[in-house]
Amino acid sequence: MAQPEKEGNAVSKEQGPVLQVRGLGKFYGEACPHCINSTGPAWESNICPACGTIVACAEISFALMAGSVLGVVGESGSGKSTLVQCLYFDLAPSTGEAFLGSYVGGKKNIFAASAQEKRLMRNKLMGMVYQNPQQGLNLDFSAGGNIAEKLLMAGCFHVGRIRARAGALLEKTEVPLKRLDHLPRFFSGGMQQRVQIAKALANNPGLVFLDEVTTGLDVSVQAKVLDLIRSLQRELALTIIAVSHDLGVIRLLTDYTLVMKNGRIVEQGLTDQILSDPQHPYTQLLVSSLL
Amino acid sequence: MAQRTRYKRGYNFAFLDESSKKELRRAMLKAVAIPGYQVPFASRELPLAQGWGTGGLQLTMALIGPEDILKVIDQGSDDVVNAVNIRKLLVQTTGVATTEDTQRATLIQTRHRIPEEPLCSWQILVFQVPYPEPLRLVEPSEAKTREMHAEADYSRLWVHLYEDIVRWGEITIGAQYPVMVNGRYLMDPSPIPRWDIPRLHMADHLNLFGAGREKRIYAVPPYTKVEPLEFEDYPFRVEDFRGKSCAACGSTSTFLDELLEETTGKRTYTCSDTSYCAKKRAARD
Ligand SMILES: Nc1ncnc2c1ncn2[C@@H]1O[C@H](COP(=O)(O)OP(=O)(O)OP(=O)(O)O)[C@@H](O)[C@H]1O
Ligand SMILES: [Mg+2]
Ligand SMILES: [Zn+2]
Repeated sequence: MAQPEKEGNAVSKEQGPVLQVRGLGKFYGEACPHCINSTGPAWESNICPACGTIVACAEISFALMAGSVLGVVGESGSGKSTLVQCLYFDLAPSTGEAFLGSYVGGKKNIFAASAQEKRLMRNKLMGMVYQNPQQGLNLDFSAGGNIAEKLLMAGCFHVGRIRARAGALLEKTEVPLKRLDHLPRFFSGGMQQRVQIAKALANNPGLVFLDEVTTGLDVSVQAKVLDLIRSLQRELALTIIAVSHDLGVIRLLTDYTLVMKNGRIVEQGLTDQILSDPQHPYTQLLVSSLL
Repeated sequence: MAQRTRYKRGYNFAFLDESSKKELRRAMLKAVAIPGYQVPFASRELPLAQGWGTGGLQLTMALIGPEDILKVIDQGSDDVVNAVNIRKLLVQTTGVATTEDTQRATLIQTRHRIPEEPLCSWQILVFQVPYPEPLRLVEPSEAKTREMHAEADYSRLWVHLYEDIVRWGEITIGAQYPVMVNGRYLMDPSPIPRWDIPRLHMADHLNLFGAGREKRIYAVPPYTKVEPLEFEDYPFRVEDFRGKSCAACGSTSTFLDELLEETTGKRTYTCSDTSYCAKKRAARD
């Protein structure tokens, strides 16, 4: 298993991107030759007028370097969750390839891997925090049990070591240790997100997805969870893809940003640059509403 | 061919029609080819209520031939009503010889026990299975459990065992302890005690499991790895009978049933495998 003692990941930037995505797309429907050309921001729609297929996302390409945080921003329905769920193997993409630096040296398309390999990648190399804790946690298992699941699937079959690691993770995510054996069903929303973060970090993953982590939370709790993510990112040099429809969250957390609309990337680059000098009219609209 | 006439007229040999038997045999062959995998089959109506071992009985009916020597046990005993009824039905419809001696039987149908005496390569053990799905404990949906088996995704059950240890200090599953078969499929060994689990591992004989109500057949072929789920720091353990012995035969190496004497309140123990116990007594006397 991934050594639980060792914090962070020592992938240097010289080794190439942690993640490279090329031409990723997810269609709901039959799909026809017109789907790509007649959907997207220019059409203000993600539904193909010819065949009715929903183009949830398409032509998504980007690269991500170790230790950096990539933001994905865009309005509701623009395909943000679809993108990260494809990368986490929750959804099977319709088109495209992705390469993980930590899987066969980034030389093999992860979507072409076997179901078992995908599960291994998901458990050992990735972590996910969903907007809805019910999606990321089994509310019938204790907080410790939820973290144990990740550790067990990475091959740690030692109750003592599992508990030590789960305890350390809860401490790191500022969940009182006495909650270790309690059901997250009875936790506050903020506490549930902290347990999800602890679970996501269980095996020191090289890549962490955060999908609207703070959206369901009270404003004061939001700030605390964002602070936690920032300090964990710095301490552990985490590589993160953070999805949010809130440009404020993106500004606070990320180095690079993808702006999505109607299933496409309309603009990508350094977050600071996008905020100070947005190019696409949609981004300009987003930025002006932030000010 | 010499016709046996001892069995009841009006029925096919071993009750089931030949095409049903063929279908069952095909399912059994598939089960043997994929150790621990649950093969669906079309369960037949039998003159026996479901829940009384109709799954195991159908396997026995599809396997049995005129030369077989049959033994039927229930919880280790040849004499309890379930075993007697099944044996009667099989004898009436086949005319085969029966025995209580484990070492003489070619075909043994059992509920909840493996006989104490080791079985050989020419013997077949057929288990009656009430609930074939080891993941049902953690997942109610059949579609989902099938997917979990297909992907060998047993994380949910592992977490359940972890939580068991956290809550109770040990894994509380007694009978029906989940096992990994051939390093691939998680299997419910039927409600045998933990005592019997190690005797499925790399056994010389063929084990076949039939669940009538749930219409599933699975198998542990000879010389197959059968490993109970365990943690490094909480290893699998069989029932502990240290300091206890059979009141009838004196055995200290068998699975014991506990008896409470109503009048004196005294606890005594006897072998659960009654024919083995009788054999030991006979050898002693
Ligand atoms: N199972 C599905 N069947 C059909 N369409 C779907 C399905 N799942 C998602 N979609 C559509 O795909 C598009 C992208 O959805 P997605 O959830 O990725 O958006 P999002 O950017 O995450 O939105 P939000 O900010 O509301 O979470 C939407 O138009 C959505 O309706
Ligand atoms: Mg979303
Ligand atoms: Zn005895």
